[in-house]
Amino acid sequence: MIDLEKVSVTFTNKEETVTAVNDVSLTVEKGDIYGIVGYSGAGKSTLVRTINLLQRPSAGKVSVGEQVLSDLGPKELRKARKKIGMIFQHFNLMRARTVAGNVAYSLKDSGLSKKEISLKVEELLELVGLADKKNSYPSQLSGGQKQRVGIARALANDPEVLLCDEATSALDPKTTASILKLLKRLNQKLGLTIVIITHEMQVVKEICNKVAVMDDGRVIEKGNLVSVFTEPKAELTYEFIDTATHKDQALEKLESHPALLDLQADDQLAAITYVGDSTKAPLIASLYAKFGVTTNILYGNVEILQQTPVGNLIVVFSGESRQQDKAIAYLKSKQVKVSQLKASRPASIVQQEKIS
Amino acid sequence: MIRWFESYFENSLAIRLEILDSIWETLYMVGTTALIAGVLGIALGIVLVVTEDGGILENQKVYSQLERAVNAFRSVPFIIMLALIAPFTRLLVGTSIGTTAAIVPLVVGTVPFYSRQVQNALLEVDRGVIEAAESMGSSPFEIIIRVYLKEGLPSLIRVSSVTIINLIGLTAMAGAIGAGGLGNLAIARGYNRYQTDVTLVATVAILIIVFISQVIGNYLVKKTSH
Repeated sequence: MIDLEKVSVTFTNKEETVTAVNDVSLTVEKGDIYGIVGYSGAGKSTLVRTINLLQRPSAGKVSVGEQVLSDLGPKELRKARKKIGMIFQHFNLMRARTVAGNVAYSLKDSGLSKKEISLKVEELLELVGLADKKNSYPSQLSGGQKQRVGIARALANDPEVLLCDEATSALDPKTTASILKLLKRLNQKLGLTIVIITHEMQVVKEICNKVAVMDDGRVIEKGNLVSVFTEPKAELTYEFIDTATHKDQALEKLESHPALLDLQADDQLAAITYVGDSTKAPLIASLYAKFGVTTNILYGNVEILQQTPVGNLIVVFSGESRQQDKAIAYLKSKQVKVSQLKASRPASIVQQEKIS
Repeated sequence: MIRWFESYFENSLAIRLEILDSIWETLYMVGTTALIAGVLGIALGIVLVVTEDGGILENQKVYSQLERAVNAFRSVPFIIMLALIAPFTRLLVGTSIGTTAAIVPLVVGTVPFYSRQVQNALLEVDRGVIEAAESMGSSPFEIIIRVYLKEGLPSLIRVSSVTIINLIGLTAMAGAIGAGGLGNLAIARGYNRYQTDVTLVATVAILIIVFISQVIGNYLVKKTSH
């Protein structure tokens, strides 16, 4: 659906040349909800703007659907843009127009009659759950409502692609959740392909099926959500995932309150990650039954990613050290990842070994 | 009361009709200039906004030339401008004296100021909204008409009322080249002939015109803001 081929964007001013996007290749399939995550300044907003050519790439090729956008003239490009919806962090609604007026904005030259336009607008507002706000002005709406208007407006020309530029970053968690739910519904109901730019892994975790991690203009890791979440390769990806699962906060808390740990001589602190089926068996209990190793759970979290449960635990194993090793080997044989944490500096997690 | 008025304002009473004429002349000059300078100023203001760095029709050359011209014309004191462009005025309307002739320097004096005001007003339109319109496939022309002018309307009205008040001040100065109007009345009659009451009446008339334009301006701003 969307194909970015070796796309680079450089900005030049008098003193320096800044490479905002550096040789990025990315393919988004039809029906994907593709998350692009990175810290601010990583170049993700610039990258998403190359998809509808609001930002012309300095090098590379951008195709959406069958069209190579970078080859189009201004007029064809404008036509193509009508089929690529976009929503923004600060909503960017027109203050001088009503909700209905905002949604109808891009329908003016669509060949629809006045009556058809007004029907279409009502249909769209119904879809985003704002039918009763038709005649309100944006200044009378809450943030979440404004973003719903933004979504309705972006969908006015029945696009196949929706670009979301930090679309939930200005919203509170509850509103964020409801907007994400709406996007998910649109994806399923309309077969809409969605690209989401965000700095919150939480958002990606919630609805994306694929994810790319950006740093300093490059995509450093990309792939299927579950596999990136459970087997991250880059350090930065770890960081984002730990933020999303709140593991970083848990570790910080443990670090700042050594009393919580109270490690005995043979005890060891470990992080456990398990995916899918292995969540069903009562593994922790069996460790004591089989090896006499007690497992003290200090922190636990289960996520459902694309219908796959992914669990994260921080535990203290106590018992005879040889038995502990056996217990860990047993866990690993059950497709559970175990990584030892240094209690003194928990944040620097020992690289997890990959289990086959 | 009436007798008191008659004794203090005897000069003004004697030229009642002339005062009415002057008011009409001032309104005529302000109205006509506002119309012509309004169109030109908005056009130039739009050109400044869209050709600016990062504008929708970014064009460094056009922008810097136009900006320089606007700055230069704005720097010339109006009273000198009147004399300076007298030959041009004569070329355009056949004479450089009189109410209609005054409209030429008034327009030249107002357009640079107004185009700058328009530029500032349109820059208040959120860049993000322009970007949203671009993402929806709007052409630059469409963005100017349907986004800049529509979204910037309250600000445009605000700066227009400021400009009109400014313009009323300029018409008084144009009296110096025999343009007529209230300014001329206040100086030629009131000041030069020691008829202070005429100056007073002319001033009050100007104040009332200013006040009314301000009230109308504020009303329209309020009405168009959402």
